Amino acid sequence: MSGTPDNPSTDAPSAVTRRTLLGRATVAGLLAVPSAGLLSACLGGGDDTQDQAEGTKSADNPLGVKEDAPLEVVIFNGGLGTKYATDVHIPSYKAKFPKAEVKFSQTEEIATQLQPRFSSNTPPDMVNNAGSKLMDMGALVQAGQASDLTDLFDAPSLDIAGQKVKDTLLPGAIEQGTFNGKPYVLNYAYTVYGLWYDGALFKSKGWAVPKTWAEFTALCDQIKAAGMTPFGYAGANAAYYQYLVILTSAAKIGGTDVLKNIDNLEAGAWTNDAVKKAAEAWAGIGAKYSDKAFLGQKHTEVQLQQNQGKVAFYPSGSWLENEQAKDTPSTFQYAVMPLPSVTGSDKLPSTAIFAAAGEMYFAASKGKNPRGAQEYLRHMLSKEGAKKFTELTKVMTVVKGATDGLTISPGFTSGAALATAAGANAFSYRWADWYKKLDDECRSATNELMFSGGTADKFCERMQKAADAVKNDSSIQKFKR
Amino acid sequence: MRRGRYPFIIGFLAAPVILYVTFVVLPYVEAFYVAMTDWRGLSPNYNFVGLDNFAGLLDNERFWKALRHHGVLLLVMPLVTILIALVFAFLLNVGGGSKQGQMAGIWGSGFYRVVFFFPQMLAIVVIGVIFGRVFAPIDSGLINGALNGLGLGPVLFMADPDLALWSIIAVLVWQGVGFYVVLFSAGMASIPRDIYEAALIDGAGKVTLFFRVTLPLLWDTIQVAWVYLGIAAFDAFAIVQVLAVADGGPDGATTVIGLEIYQQAFRESYFGKASALGVVLFFLTLTFAALTLRVTRREAVEL
Repeated sequence: MSGTPDNPSTDAPSAVTRRTLLGRATVAGLLAVPSAGLLSACLGGGDDTQDQAEGTKSADNPLGVKEDAPLEVVIFNGGLGTKYATDVHIPSYKAKFPKAEVKFSQTEEIATQLQPRFSSNTPPDMVNNAGSKLMDMGALVQAGQASDLTDLFDAPSLDIAGQKVKDTLLPGAIEQGTFNGKPYVLNYAYTVYGLWYDGALFKSKGWAVPKTWAEFTALCDQIKAAGMTPFGYAGANAAYYQYLVILTSAAKIGGTDVLKNIDNLEAGAWTNDAVKKAAEAWAGIGAKYSDKAFLGQKHTEVQLQQNQGKVAFYPSGSWLENEQAKDTPSTFQYAVMPLPSVTGSDKLPSTAIFAAAGEMYFAASKGKNPRGAQEYLRHMLSKEGAKKFTELTKVMTVVKGATDGLTISPGFTSGAALATAAGANAFSYRWADWYKKLDDECRSATNELMFSGGTADKFCERMQKAADAVKNDSSIQKFKR
Repeated sequence: MRRGRYPFIIGFLAAPVILYVTFVVLPYVEAFYVAMTDWRGLSPNYNFVGLDNFAGLLDNERFWKALRHHGVLLLVMPLVTILIALVFAFLLNVGGGSKQGQMAGIWGSGFYRVVFFFPQMLAIVVIGVIFGRVFAPIDSGLINGALNGLGLGPVLFMADPDLALWSIIAVLVWQGVGFYVVLFSAGMASIPRDIYEAALIDGAGKVTLFFRVTLPLLWDTIQVAWVYLGIAAFDAFAIVQVLAVADGGPDGATTVIGLEIYQQAFRESYFGKASALGVVLFFLTLTFAALTLRVTRREAVEL
């Protein structure tokens, strides 16, 4: 979709007459209706579903997989690569069902590849729905395209004797994939969020990890005096790292119900006192300890500046170390700390963290082998499958204790320690995935709050107004937790 | 003879008509239909919702913002681009005065002609990435690096809501001018030399030449350029998608309808609503083209 008409080199300039130009202008006009017309070309496949393979259930085969039914697996090829599937999980499945043929494919654009297959009811069996072009999970569930995973979570674990799959997972892991009360998605990777810093630098400067807000601002003063920008996030495309931090503080101040109310679009959820206090505290950091120029920068640019020792604290998830591996100097050692307590009377301890299961895998309900797909997920959730996944990707999984004793990198160790210290005080929210409109609004409101003359009151009111608008819009699908 | 004529004509027409109907007309008709459903693109099932999607647009703030931006683009972008292109084309073709009875451009015009056309050779995405670096608020940004060096920066071109749309327009103008220089040059080349010579003999200066000879004789071409640029002003999707911060941000300050369609369809999976936006854009573009042709119709000078 170029902004100007075609390159005229196909005609000699002098041969361009008024008529050919007008003709072309009309064509350009038609092309200007962006692909909406083409999109619809995928509408209207048949309603008939495919025949589904079914075997007999037994103690050894709790999900009733047909042993020779082929299985089609599609993996998103992004930061995690695909090696964990081809080298770990698929061999594990094939070892159990040697007669089954596993068809593997990978793509960088899940929606582009798979949307037409879902809309014509001929989906692959197991899909890793991830990346910037992922399919809207709520819409998939609404369309009845994802299998109910209750059987999977009730089935015995593959290699942890005497336990059901659901007992082997970290708290919140199943809930993260639950839509209106039923689990439809396995969120496999476990991500902890906090403020990341260069552990080696902090050690050499004698900067201690702050636990209270007063300690935090005092340290920020010291950092500023040392010529570094104490805090930064990328306003151009990653403002959600920052609103995640604000809401984490809000949950620590007022308890996790603050987030639950926001998820459920309750009246006054955003104008809650805890949200207001958190917004106020962070607006203060933005005004005093950050730099307005971050507004126009992308996450990679800010992260690079942290690697170069120009920015001290950066809010992010535990994928950060991996993402920056290429640009991180050898002296830089990633470490993470929980957010300092904002008030002296916070409901949650200062070790509490935002942690969420992510990276979605689901069994297509209208695939040819939905039972095989669930069995595949069971292999992913085995202790062995999870451990090898972590070894290959440096990413923790939702399987409890699967990485005990693994030493992978300083950032990984620090993240794991953060999770251990938090224990049961780990929480998350769902609204940003459920309601993209609110996500967009919150990014803008956050940038306004931090850098463009916003106040905590304005932030809360703006978000409440947006949440109410979503609540009252009957064309938007709603969720509860 | 007469009997064989129709099969003959049909034989020629059938293939292009079928292609056109299948790949252009039918998708359009289907888009109109999808615009009246709640289809989410992930299953073959959908409900017919009548004009609800269009009614929803009325209180969609971002839709109105996008419309306003198209208004600004429509007023500013064609005007500035055409003005600059006209001046350049005039300088390149006639600006050097008469040499041995031939009108000539200023010195080095062959070189400039090529240089002006460079941006046209670049894909719009590449231009977006290049200007991302030009506008970057850090020291590695082309403009802000210099400004910071002088202690004047940084200017937040893309992050300041008051500046962002203008920065986008500047890029579009930069990218578009070259094509219209070529277009106008072609138009000027078809203006007979004797008219210029007669005007020169009568004592016309460069300014008079431009306004009394070049401009009237170029009117048709300018009109075409206007339609082209106007239609481009209804697009601008790619450059906004690549260059703007936060998906048409900050805070929707650079969003355009194309981007809203993209967001609705591919981010939120509301294909019905996206199609409704597409239908609106279709009529906007069509109305604009028809209006412009009507309004700018003017007695053409026959040569």
